[in-house]
Amino acid sequence: MLKRPFFWVIVSITLAFAILPLATGDANLRESLIIVAVAIALASNVNLMIGYTGYVNFGNVIFYGLGGYIGLYLTTVRGWPLIAAAIVAGVVVSVFTLVFGMSILRLRGAYFGLATIGVLEAMRTFVSNFNPWGRASGMYVPMDAYQSLGGPMRAVWISYLLIVAVMGSSLLLSLFIKNSKFGLGLFAIREDEDAAGVLGVNATFYKAVVYSVSAFLPAVAGAIIFFKNGMIDPGGAFDLTLSIEAIVMMLLGGRGTVTGAAIGAALYEQLRGYLLTSESLSNFHLVIAGGLLLIIILFAPEGLVGGFYRLLPRARRVFE
Amino acid sequence: MYGLLASMFDGLLIGCVYGLAAMGLSLVWGVMNVINLAHGVMIAFGMFGLYFLFTAYGINPYVLLLPVIIAGFVSGVVIYWVAVHRVIGRPILTSLLSTFAVNMILIGLGTTLWSTSPYNVAFSLPGITIGPYTFTGGHFAAAFSAVILALGLEAFLYYTRFGKAIRAVADNRDAAELMGISSARILMVAFGLGVALAAASGGLAATLFPFTVLSGGAYQLKSFVVTVLAGLGKPVGALVAGILLGLLEGAVTPFMAVSWIPLIEFVLFVMALVLFPKGIFGRTA
Repeated sequence: MLKRPFFWVIVSITLAFAILPLATGDANLRESLIIVAVAIALASNVNLMIGYTGYVNFGNVIFYGLGGYIGLYLTTVRGWPLIAAAIVAGVVVSVFTLVFGMSILRLRGAYFGLATIGVLEAMRTFVSNFNPWGRASGMYVPMDAYQSLGGPMRAVWISYLLIVAVMGSSLLLSLFIKNSKFGLGLFAIREDEDAAGVLGVNATFYKAVVYSVSAFLPAVAGAIIFFKNGMIDPGGAFDLTLSIEAIVMMLLGGRGTVTGAAIGAALYEQLRGYLLTSESLSNFHLVIAGGLLLIIILFAPEGLVGGFYRLLPRARRVFE
Repeated sequence: MYGLLASMFDGLLIGCVYGLAAMGLSLVWGVMNVINLAHGVMIAFGMFGLYFLFTAYGINPYVLLLPVIIAGFVSGVVIYWVAVHRVIGRPILTSLLSTFAVNMILIGLGTTLWSTSPYNVAFSLPGITIGPYTFTGGHFAAAFSAVILALGLEAFLYYTRFGKAIRAVADNRDAAELMGISSARILMVAFGLGVALAAASGGLAATLFPFTVLSGGAYQLKSFVVTVLAGLGKPVGALVAGILLGLLEGAVTPFMAVSWIPLIEFVLFVMALVLFPKGIFGRTA
């Protein structure tokens, strides 16, 4: 790992994310970077499922939302420190996903995609009716919960640094899996699941594991972000649109590559920021995102990085 | 006890509409192996189509179903050429994403035009009262129209030359082409019919309940459940499974809050997928 140039690219990008706003103390820069960091984390983890394994997970935002709920419950109701709560949220969501994945991932291809839409709706229904989590109105973080982190101002900065760490870990995780035997097994499943099975890849197990692994970091991110935002509700936590946007980002950059997910996420967030701030287009951003997705699917399935590789074949060795 | 029966009977009537919605999904899925994720939004557009026609002309909404169906067919053909034709035969992931992209575009347009506030078709038929229970006439009329349309589709598929060609392409596209059937045209018509059915069921649903741009999603989820229960490419099976789902909804509503229903449907859906991958009416593999 340490000999791979891209490892150091990831480390330096992560450090830049951490240092730039800290050095300038610029809150606006921090707020726009945190959105990009979350997008990169989500898109990289979606990439593990769609890009590496070839399984569409329309419900990927569940990990984020559920992590947020568990994290908020632990920090506000149980009084846990943020980091412990975020990690426990990640572990709980991963274990839940693993158990669930073992049964649902016997489904092939499209059926799995449909099931993930169902899971998302079911989870939103469950949480909207679940009393301890405030049902449809959600949960709030009381102001004194931030005291343990040294007041709200510091808590925001700490949350930011944690999110940047999650982003860096997501990229490193993608890189690590891509260069591991496990990753090769996933690629084999993507290319031909039956052939992979014949060659000794236990497809159901591999899929369940990657499904579960792809749940961990988004759940941690969710726990931190919703704590920072101070509130959570079922509509915001389990938003199918966010799921799909993560997929669009990943496809825009180029599926199956670490660089692609990151670049796609950063670009898409820039575009969306522009669309949301221009008054007349704010409702329209779904149309643009959908149009973009359609164009990529029909005409450029390899995404930006795919095109870049074709122009500069050597780049493939550095920007994995 | 009678309350449960009444609720189940009402569920049966509404189930016919679910069945009709699912038939469209099932037809497209069975014929071209594309899961149309824009199905739900076309159901919602069917609702709005009927609403605007009804507010403009004020005539019987069941008559207005006809222009809604025609408009649905035309939009289906357009969607087919824009988003589906190029992805047929490519990995299923591709068609899932391309139809989802259409879904996003249309939902975005719908929210921009009509916001997400609820609309309502103000039309009611005299109901039938038995003891303390009243069955609204609208539910009967919607169920009746749904069954007529479903049987019409079935007759079209089994007794007309074009319908037989659709079934031939569904069975084996290569063999059908060798027999001189132009499969691109068949697929286009099949997709158009699927969307027309979605629009029709949306139009009928609009006469039953208030709706928003996002209402289609719930019907789409129900359509998945029904299609998976019935097995692919079995239109009448979809109607029967839709009625079963309606009965089930009717049976549980007296006992729990309506907001829990999607959870039950989803559990049913996953159980059906894992236990009966060929549908409850399917042949064993």
